[in-house]
Amino acid sequence: MIAAIIALTLLAAVFGLLLGYAAIRFKVESDPIVEKVDAVLPQTQCGQCGYAGCRPYAEAIAAGEADINRCPPGGETVILALSDLLGVEPKPLDDEVGEEKPKEVAYVDEQTCIGCTLCIQACPVDAILGAAKQMHTIIADECTGCELCVEPCPVDCITMIPVKKDVQNWKWPYPAPNTQEETN
Amino acid sequence: MGQRLHHFHGGLHLPDHKAMSTGKPLEWAPLPKRLTLPLQQHIGAAAKPVVEAGDKVLKGQMLAQASGHVSAPIHAPTSGTVIAIEEHAIPHPSGLKAACIVLESDGEDNWYVHESHPEYEHLEPQQLRSLIRDAGIVGLGGAGFPAHIKLNPGARTAVDTLVLNGAECEPYITCDDALMRERPDGIVAGARIMRHALQARKCIIAIEDNKPEAISAMRDALERIGEPQLQVIAVPTRYPTGGEKQLIQVLTGKEVPLKGLPIDIGIVCHNVATAASVFRAVVKGEPLISRIITVTGENIHEPKNLEVLFGTPIQEVIEAAGGISDNSGSLLMGGPMMGFALHDLQLPVIKTTNCLLAKQPEPARGPTLACIRCGECARVCPASLLPQQLYWYARSKEFDKIQDQNLFACIECGCCDYVCPSNIPLVHYYRYAKTEIWEQERERHAADLARQRHEFQTERKEREKAERAARMKKKKQALADKKKPGKGGADADAKKEAIKAAMERAKAKRVSGEVKPKNVDNLSAEQQRKIDEVDARRAANRDAHESSEEQS
Amino acid sequence: MFARASSPYTHGPASVSRTMLRVIYAVLPAAVAATWFFGWGVLINIILATLIALASEAAMLQLRKRPIAPALKDGSATLTAILLGMALPPLAPWWLVLVGVTMAIIFAKHMYGGLGYNPFNPAMVGYVVLLVSFPVEMTQWFAPVALLDSPPGLLASLSYVFSGEFPAAVAGLDSLTMATPLDSLKTDLSLNRTVSEAMAASPVFGILSGKGRDVVNGIILLGGAWMIYKQVIGWQVPLAMLGTLFLIASLFHIINPDIYAGPLFHLFSGGAMLGAFFIATDPVSGATSNRGRLLFGVGVGLFTYIIRTWGGYPDGVAFSVLLMNMAAPTIDYYTRPRVYGEERG
Repeated sequence: MIAAIIALTLLAAVFGLLLGYAAIRFKVESDPIVEKVDAVLPQTQCGQCGYAGCRPYAEAIAAGEADINRCPPGGETVILALSDLLGVEPKPLDDEVGEEKPKEVAYVDEQTCIGCTLCIQACPVDAILGAAKQMHTIIADECTGCELCVEPCPVDCITMIPVKKDVQNWKWPYPAPNTQEETN
Repeated sequence: MGQRLHHFHGGLHLPDHKAMSTGKPLEWAPLPKRLTLPLQQHIGAAAKPVVEAGDKVLKGQMLAQASGHVSAPIHAPTSGTVIAIEEHAIPHPSGLKAACIVLESDGEDNWYVHESHPEYEHLEPQQLRSLIRDAGIVGLGGAGFPAHIKLNPGARTAVDTLVLNGAECEPYITCDDALMRERPDGIVAGARIMRHALQARKCIIAIEDNKPEAISAMRDALERIGEPQLQVIAVPTRYPTGGEKQLIQVLTGKEVPLKGLPIDIGIVCHNVATAASVFRAVVKGEPLISRIITVTGENIHEPKNLEVLFGTPIQEVIEAAGGISDNSGSLLMGGPMMGFALHDLQLPVIKTTNCLLAKQPEPARGPTLACIRCGECARVCPASLLPQQLYWYARSKEFDKIQDQNLFACIECGCCDYVCPSNIPLVHYYRYAKTEIWEQERERHAADLARQRHEFQTERKEREKAERAARMKKKKQALADKKKPGKGGADADAKKEAIKAAMERAKAKRVSGEVKPKNVDNLSAEQQRKIDEVDARRAANRDAHESSEEQS
Repeated sequence: MFARASSPYTHGPASVSRTMLRVIYAVLPAAVAATWFFGWGVLINIILATLIALASEAAMLQLRKRPIAPALKDGSATLTAILLGMALPPLAPWWLVLVGVTMAIIFAKHMYGGLGYNPFNPAMVGYVVLLVSFPVEMTQWFAPVALLDSPPGLLASLSYVFSGEFPAAVAGLDSLTMATPLDSLKTDLSLNRTVSEAMAASPVFGILSGKGRDVVNGIILLGGAWMIYKQVIGWQVPLAMLGTLFLIASLFHIINPDIYAGPLFHLFSGGAMLGAFFIATDPVSGATSNRGRLLFGVGVGLFTYIIRTWGGYPDGVAFSVLLMNMAAPTIDYYTRPRVYGEERG
């Protein structure tokens, strides 16, 4: 009886030590989940998800506070990527937050702009160029299409225009389902 | 000739339908009234126009210049007037519009004289490359990659073999066949120039063995120059032998590394038509303004090969071949395996147009069925891919997995699609997946940029906030200091010191007479008197002030 | 005609129904031969199975709201039915066929999403379900026609299938069920008889295997060879499976011919031929790459021998195919061909 107890205790101690050693020796430095989630998000910084930007949303997702279907600019792609990353079921985009639409960029009507700089302050990625009482313009390549500049403009001179489809960014459409095949 | 040939995996024996368009003498298509020249007829950046609407230009004059390393200029195919630079539909699977230069011909066809270099042997490879670049030469085999880049071995590798691709494996197409039969000497001269530019050890001209006339014409041409480093090799007819990677494998048994280029194994591959245009550009000083196009198919009255100026509307080219007899089938640009459907006869011919094909409609194809994993596609895939797996992942949009299956090794030859018993549009799925992945990459890039800029902005705002807070704190501190009685504050002392120092300096200047009154020439007596009075008053004041200062 | 958005704008003659039809053509001579040797029961099995298969296929498609006509025309249900019909004992009761076929079509095929999505060969699922559930009915084979004084006619056979007894006029046939050669051999070996003793003891044995069975299997082999010639199937699976079976049977036969039957007996017995050419070559549930197919065939051959020799069932083809079906995705994963330009090794 005593021998058994001693043997078991010893065994437990040895394995415990082994496991402890292994945990230290083979420790895997994993990317914090926030980084990974943030990397998937489109970085529009639009705040449509209800958070101040993509990173706060990523933090909320990582903490389990937010659902993965609250990013309209990312749409289905992002939802699928997140469900894959986090091992949860994909679900359709939350209606509350908006709907997926083709990417747009902001455009300042130069005739109307009064140079108030309000849009410059609103832009999350510094993609608007201009100074007080000078006409503003948008760097289209850096605009994320977040629409945050549209609201503050006192003279409504900013419009969102869809990004032009050209031969360079044209995509082959998903093959048409002329089929009796499964669509699962 | 005695050389051992190799095999590539898969491939197909297809009915070649080539006889209908070969054997007739090469003709020029009539000069069109209006030419539409897309600024992008090649892989890479679109060319930048150097002319404006209204400009009169000569045949061969540059209309648009290369914009960047991977780009090619565009020249006027005939003399005339630029009437617009605007968007027009271009021949592309998307059917989208793109910027084009529209040229109205004057019917004169007057040449702009470029320098010609019949003694190209004396030119440096670099000079040859820039001549070829300036002539707007791109790969005429189909892809349209700027030729000068593929003529630059770079510092990395010595080039062993220059392969000239005259395989022309796709059914119906015979434009290279016609060129090799009729202008073999031009191709050979081009081959020598290219070999010189590359400093390649040897040059192989590879032709599929279903073109015996072309093979003998090329062999005769080689005999005339008698250069043993150039040779013609007949390769077995099998689609897609004309694929660059497949041809290299057949000729050398070597494979181009998965993520590499032929140059990595010492091989450079160009189309025979590219070689012919290199010859024209270097020796005759004629930039690339036309090419040979096969106009063929059961629905074309007189199938033939035509030399056509770029920008010519397709309608006129087809009329030059007797027109279309029956509109029931589709009109393709390119061959039946890799071409794309055209929906507008006003589209222009561009540098990569090798064939206009009006095929009779095929017997009805059934609907797409489920994949039964029969593996036929894998059996015929020349890249040894598993097309059924690629299809599976493309269909379920699993773009990571599809890249693990080496989607990008797919050359879109269409063999898998051709044999699929379930009628699955496999190539369409791969193209869809490829363009989606490119888009995702662009988006990821944009997202990275946006993240960077947003993080930078957040940081800046925080820094500004911190700085403002610091300043406020300082001000508050200063205010608090002022309220304290006495002048003991260090700040106050410093200020006082500074004022004192400034006054000293001013005084020193005055004494030394450095400050000269201005505007004192030609004064009247009255003015001079007033000035003197003021000066005296000032002096008195100053003395009084200084003495009081010293006292304090 | 469905307009294509992308090249290629031409298509070869291949189609699913063409492939299935060719497989059916290849198996028909063997079906005729089996009817010749084993009586009307074989034909009744095949026709009954086909009718049930088409009906259940149509019903499932209707339930799943898919177009019915193209799927019926593709011939896959018919092929499943023919193969299962040939595998069942002749004059099997109608309900046995019904259960087997509905198991195959409804559970093994449509429950997994229909043609192209079934991980297991439907015919073999149906067969194994029957074998496990109704072992008595599944091992009651009527003796080959040649061993009967007056073999039952078509009407008598129909009557037997649907009512379980022959009309009074041809009574006395009930006792003529007989174990299959594989079964009989297994029983005798367990009674410590040698292989040659066992083969001499029962009239069911013929030259290579069972009387008539060797001929039917030979015809199946010819049909299979025709399919390979026509590139309907690859040579990899049949060759690997039969080759493995041959090699391993030879090996044990050489070691001890008294307790291990010879290689030709194994090749021409039971479902070996049908399995090698018509069942294990089913692309949907099999491995897909060439190397994978070789491995798949080797596995089927190996398990067949193991189950026949040391297992509890006389034949093991159906179990082996199902076992290898399970392994197919893994085999595919590890036998991906080297892509052009990929580094060797």
